[in-house]
Amino acid sequence: MNIVVCVKYVPDAQADRTFSEDNTTDRANVDGLLSELDEYAVEEALKIAEASGGEVTVVTVGPEGAADAIKKSLQMGAHKGVHVLDDAIHGSDAAATSLVLAQAVKKAADGAPELVLLGLASTDGTMSVVPAMLAERLGLPQVTQVSTLEVADGLVKGRRDSDTASDALEASLPAVVSVTDQINEPRYPSFKGIMAAKKKPVETWSLADLGVDAGAVGLANAGTRVVSFTARPAREQGEIVVDEGDGGTKLAEFLAKSKLI
Amino acid sequence: MGEVLVLVDHTDGQVKKNTAELLTLAARLGEPSAVFVGGTVEAARPRLAQFGAGTVYVVDNPDVTGGLAAPLAEALAAVVAAAGDPVAVLIPTGAVAKEAAARLAVKTGGGLVTDATNVEASGEGGVTTTQSAFASNYTVTSQVTAAPAIVTVKANTAPPQANQAGATVVPVDVSVSEVAKAARITGTQAKAKSGRPELAEAQIVVSGGRGTGGDFSPVEAFADTLGAAVGASRAAVDAGWYPHSNQVGQTGKQVSPQLYVACGISGAIQHRAGMQTSKTIVAINKDEEAPIFELVDFGVVGDLFNVLPQATEAVSKAKNG
Repeated sequence: MNIVVCVKYVPDAQADRTFSEDNTTDRANVDGLLSELDEYAVEEALKIAEASGGEVTVVTVGPEGAADAIKKSLQMGAHKGVHVLDDAIHGSDAAATSLVLAQAVKKAADGAPELVLLGLASTDGTMSVVPAMLAERLGLPQVTQVSTLEVADGLVKGRRDSDTASDALEASLPAVVSVTDQINEPRYPSFKGIMAAKKKPVETWSLADLGVDAGAVGLANAGTRVVSFTARPAREQGEIVVDEGDGGTKLAEFLAKSKLI
Repeated sequence: MGEVLVLVDHTDGQVKKNTAELLTLAARLGEPSAVFVGGTVEAARPRLAQFGAGTVYVVDNPDVTGGLAAPLAEALAAVVAAAGDPVAVLIPTGAVAKEAAARLAVKTGGGLVTDATNVEASGEGGVTTTQSAFASNYTVTSQVTAAPAIVTVKANTAPPQANQAGATVVPVDVSVSEVAKAARITGTQAKAKSGRPELAEAQIVVSGGRGTGGDFSPVEAFADTLGAAVGASRAAVDAGWYPHSNQVGQTGKQVSPQLYVACGISGAIQHRAGMQTSKTIVAINKDEEAPIFELVDFGVVGDLFNVLPQATEAVSKAKNG
């Protein structure tokens, strides 16, 4: 089974993330890394490839630094990487990103991907819409946000939990699948994996290589644009008491005083 | 004024409060119309009329009501086509509805915003939205530049305002494509009902974390005294102490209640992302250095197994006294 995993290079959530002058995500002044939630998709792809044979190709769309997200995936065990790098992509919205990804997935899989895996959401935009958009673009069934996954006999099966129920989903391959952080425990790259990654092939493609018109992507062509942003005012720390046998009573008094009970 | 479509969230025709909120927001942008998926529109109609739906587009097709995103997106696209040239499509935030919105944006070329906390008309017939970014550290205003504006909206964004309208029912035929039907739900296991309010909509949330050591009983008892929903940190969920559907945080639910009580939760960025827009925040933690205390209106440095039962008793006394 040849699996394509789409991953994103994102600003480190532990750092002070902010916006650039053009109101897009500031990537220059914050360290980037492979989106944590994508590690689960990489791990799941590796497990399926290990069980069934086949290759894992990692695709990312992003600036120069995004090569790091590919590198990390290759260190974990993915076989090859594709980096779609083009200045015209800067500021693309989710829809345009899915357009570029769809073309890249097709090219990476010689027109016929068997299984496309993604994480639940990126940790920067956190919209969780790209998997569905990609399925729409590729004309493939979507089995999304699953916390279990089984691929066998041309079928993909997974469990999706909602507030009220747990659904068993199924589709025939090829399909687009997104996985939650409940699905597995991503491996750490081993020393051997780190050394091996250096020899693995990584291709860099431009929009022209993918036949995508620059006029369909980028900030100028985005369907939505951030026009202003304000930092949430820091919360002022309120009263802190140390429990000396009356902590619960004091808490109840606070709630009563604040008219919360 | 152009038409604004609102996807109705309902159970067997019982319309949920978030739909009334969305119809209220829709009236700011244009003429509100409802999109009802299912066979029980007559039960829903009075409430849709009460909150201003002039037209109710009805899609009654078992391929669409199955609860999957791709057929729902095709249904929404059919309603957008039937409506002509709607200004916007407002959709209650939820996993399946959000993915249907995503697919609709690709189908229509419309601009997509998710998890909006406000929607306003901007000049020249456009739509402006407000949402949180970067773990709720920022509030962002976006302009939707491609029509229709497709916006998924969080619960509790606008108080519903009655605005009586006709709610004329207009059936819309949808024939769902084979590819949209290619994913199937093969089995459903309903979750046991806790009897507590739903996390995303609750006015009060009491959450437990690592500090519970796996025993959520004092957290649940306090929540029940307050009529609150119960949440859990990722650490508690990963340890298998509480279901994932109760997780508050970046990869769980984002909540914004009147009162949030964090019990034995340190307050990692992950968790803060899910709760720091709560109006009042209270924390109980043994570790006085826990970062959660930076956010609180009131904090107790202490053992939750001592503090919570005492607080539960005091609150229930105050309520009954």
